[in-house]
Amino acid sequence: MKTSKQIGKSVNRLEGYLKVTGAAKYAGEYDVPDLLQGYIVNSTITKGKILEIDESAAHALSGVVAIFSHNNRTKLPWFDIMYADMDAPPGTPFKPFYNDQILYNGQPIALVVAETFETARYAATLINVTYDEEPFETELAAHLDDARDPKKGIATLIKPLPPSANGDFEKAYNDADAQYAGEFIHGTEHHNPLELFTTTTVYEGDGKLTVYDKTQGTSNCQIYIANVFGLHYKDVRILSPFVGGAFGSGLRPQYQLFLCVMASLELKRNVRVTMDRAQMFTFGHRPQTIQKTRFGATADGTLTAINHTAIAETSQHEDYTEVVVNWANMLYPAKNTLLDYKLVPLDVFSPMDMRAPGGSTGLHAIEATMDALSYILKVDPMELRLLNYAERDVSADKPFSSKELKQCYLQAAEKFGWANRKSEPRTTRRGNRLVGTGMSSGIWDVIALPAKAKASINKKGKLKVKSAVTDIGTGTLTVMTQIAADSLGIHIDDVTFEYGDSNMPLSPIQGGSYTTGVVGSAVKAACESLKKKIFKKAKKMNNSTFNSVALEDVVFEDGSIYLKQDKSNFVTFKEIIADNDGKKIKASKNNIPNVLKLKQYTRAAHSAAFVEVEVDEQLGIVNVTRAVTAVAAGKIINPKTARSQILGGMIWGISKALREETLMDHNLGKYMNTDLGEYHIPVHADIHELDVIFVDEKDDIINELGSKGVGEIGLASMAPAIANAIYHATGKRINKFPIHFDQLL
Amino acid sequence: MQDKNSSNTTNFSSNSNATKVQLHINKTTLHLHVMPWVSLLDAIRDHGKLTGTKKGCDHGQCGACTVICDGKRILSCLTLAVMKDCSEITTIEGIANGEVLHPLQTAFIEHDAFQCGYCTPGQICSAIAMLEEGKADTRDEVKEQMSGNLCRCGANTNIIDAIMEFKDKRNE
Repeated sequence: MKTSKQIGKSVNRLEGYLKVTGAAKYAGEYDVPDLLQGYIVNSTITKGKILEIDESAAHALSGVVAIFSHNNRTKLPWFDIMYADMDAPPGTPFKPFYNDQILYNGQPIALVVAETFETARYAATLINVTYDEEPFETELAAHLDDARDPKKGIATLIKPLPPSANGDFEKAYNDADAQYAGEFIHGTEHHNPLELFTTTTVYEGDGKLTVYDKTQGTSNCQIYIANVFGLHYKDVRILSPFVGGAFGSGLRPQYQLFLCVMASLELKRNVRVTMDRAQMFTFGHRPQTIQKTRFGATADGTLTAINHTAIAETSQHEDYTEVVVNWANMLYPAKNTLLDYKLVPLDVFSPMDMRAPGGSTGLHAIEATMDALSYILKVDPMELRLLNYAERDVSADKPFSSKELKQCYLQAAEKFGWANRKSEPRTTRRGNRLVGTGMSSGIWDVIALPAKAKASINKKGKLKVKSAVTDIGTGTLTVMTQIAADSLGIHIDDVTFEYGDSNMPLSPIQGGSYTTGVVGSAVKAACESLKKKIFKKAKKMNNSTFNSVALEDVVFEDGSIYLKQDKSNFVTFKEIIADNDGKKIKASKNNIPNVLKLKQYTRAAHSAAFVEVEVDEQLGIVNVTRAVTAVAAGKIINPKTARSQILGGMIWGISKALREETLMDHNLGKYMNTDLGEYHIPVHADIHELDVIFVDEKDDIINELGSKGVGEIGLASMAPAIANAIYHATGKRINKFPIHFDQLL
Repeated sequence: MQDKNSSNTTNFSSNSNATKVQLHINKTTLHLHVMPWVSLLDAIRDHGKLTGTKKGCDHGQCGACTVICDGKRILSCLTLAVMKDCSEITTIEGIANGEVLHPLQTAFIEHDAFQCGYCTPGQICSAIAMLEEGKADTRDEVKEQMSGNLCRCGANTNIIDAIMEFKDKRNE
């Protein structure tokens, strides 16, 4: 069969049929015999101690099998390290049911296991808990004076703390012809993937478990469960082939996994534990963050001074950090900088990476400050970015591995029609609505990590590639299949990619926009290794034309090896395997990035968003009527699924700027809007014309594929562009997200 | 909190309170013996073993559990199974004609109208019944009428593109 190149092709999602017919099975949907159902009871106080858990009424209910709490939990390890997972920040990981201490409101404190879901749910309401309450603190704004430097740990390797100050910021800022200082307030957000966190544990006997879990890391959960419950790694199999959204919430093992496994091991039964929607607000979240900026520029628009500080919340037990303030000087080469990032520990659960963590927070402050400066300087906002375009990352004194941001600005501006813009705010109306346009830059770093993949080819000439990686809806299955097909020169229908299973070769957690680059490079490397082995076998065949030929002299195409010089000389993979007594040829590759080479460069994806809004000042309504985002993210493996990632990011930007926030009653230390009726995300009626452009960008440095990843970059530039468009429409600079109607009336 | 003593007298999960219910799901009759408080969603998923219908909130706020009941789209999480005795129900498993996909399902694949796929069954069931309702004609009307079905991945524009393409082809 003639093969065509798959990389760069808009292949439809390979699991599409399963998803549109309801056949795709998520973690809580496996039909397991004699399944028990668990329901979790959460703390109703914020800090203190459990005095008593009265389970008598719940126990009296027929159908209740067991109730677990710190009183009767499994013996657990003492050492923190045993609870650490691949995404654990410095500090002490949360240990469910460890003791009687309450660390935050909503902490899981008991698990009811019953014959039916309804019985478990009802029994959970019958459990009476008495507490000894202690005073607590949950409000970031009230504790800014307590901010301190974050602790360092493994996590800070891929989340660098701010670079040290450069030049003399105060002098440069005071001398500047134009200055803008802003304070930016961001509330808490929760990931809220549509699928509830669920675990189904199949008790296989002899301390063996098969676990269907909602996660972004099967290997991560396998290591965690084995360490915590003292099981052999090989006896714990975590499966997660379909994940109903995650956005960072599945980067760490969540507590329903722990509880489900504990119940299963104690009862020696199959158990399912599912969170309800309110419980989806009782673990990691995007942290409330308060930022301040002071930027100064000369009259010609040259940015001379950048001061960007952020204070974010964390829990009392872990120092969760994100990269908030490092971006400004990567984008704009000012010589005088002062960057600072501090934490305030509060009585909340540890925050957690949520789509474009840090970047989406920091870029709002940076890009709104740039926008404000452009009006003070009377320079077009895009022109100001071009005037301060960084050809080199001065913050790290390194070149970029590639950077086509300029093309992002120009191509998006062209498509948007930016040139026709009236620069004065409040000058355009459509009916009774004010119309404004705004733009923003976006940046997201490219992370390199090791990953492993296995590849094998059978007598039918079918290629199978395996990795433990998940596909959280990003298109990983499809993209990996495309990469494998091209690597071996084989038709895409002859490739199977197996994934979402901890029995498969180790993969890092799926996040940070790095999966395509990291796992894709491992898939390519495994296929390259397989090619060598296939070629070696081909050379050994009787009367082989390839006897005295080197690997460089052949091409792998159409499921065959061809002599480059003379394409009439070829041998098919099937013939090679037949000669190998029909035995599969296998290869395995642990792909380790060349850190020494990578360290010499700043590696980042870029974007530019242009947005039009309509604002009704009588009703305070904002509509994002149209938007264009141009993205430079290296090689785009699948433009269709990549476009969907960017569209998703843009819609998350609309949500961040205008809709979503978890509100806390600080008198109770409890989130108030813990359901999808009150936690607002955009609905279909909120979403209008959205356009995506992928700018050509070649990068030979970042990874084997030259692919930077597109999960976060669409969000990074969108939210600030909306805030800037609202300023242009109304003349009101609103630096608090989400922007609510009351601020616009 | 419930009165602790009253619960002792309730034989909560034994079959003494269970009710016989017949659900005609995807042209197959399902005979259930369920407690009156079992939602139609849980009956379909746990008793009927049809897990294509999704639970996203269990509160009627996300639309993931949408099924077509006697020709109308309903939220199966806000419906008790006992309320729908003898009803005709179509779930996502009943939308395709055997192996042959419904044109809207094909349009969803072509337009990449899903990412994680968790809201997809609800979106598809909702869209098919919505078009039958005949209230939505323009793109804006379709968006409005589909707004009870949330998508957290942000596939919104692709979902509406798929529905519009199917609607326009259907009307040709």
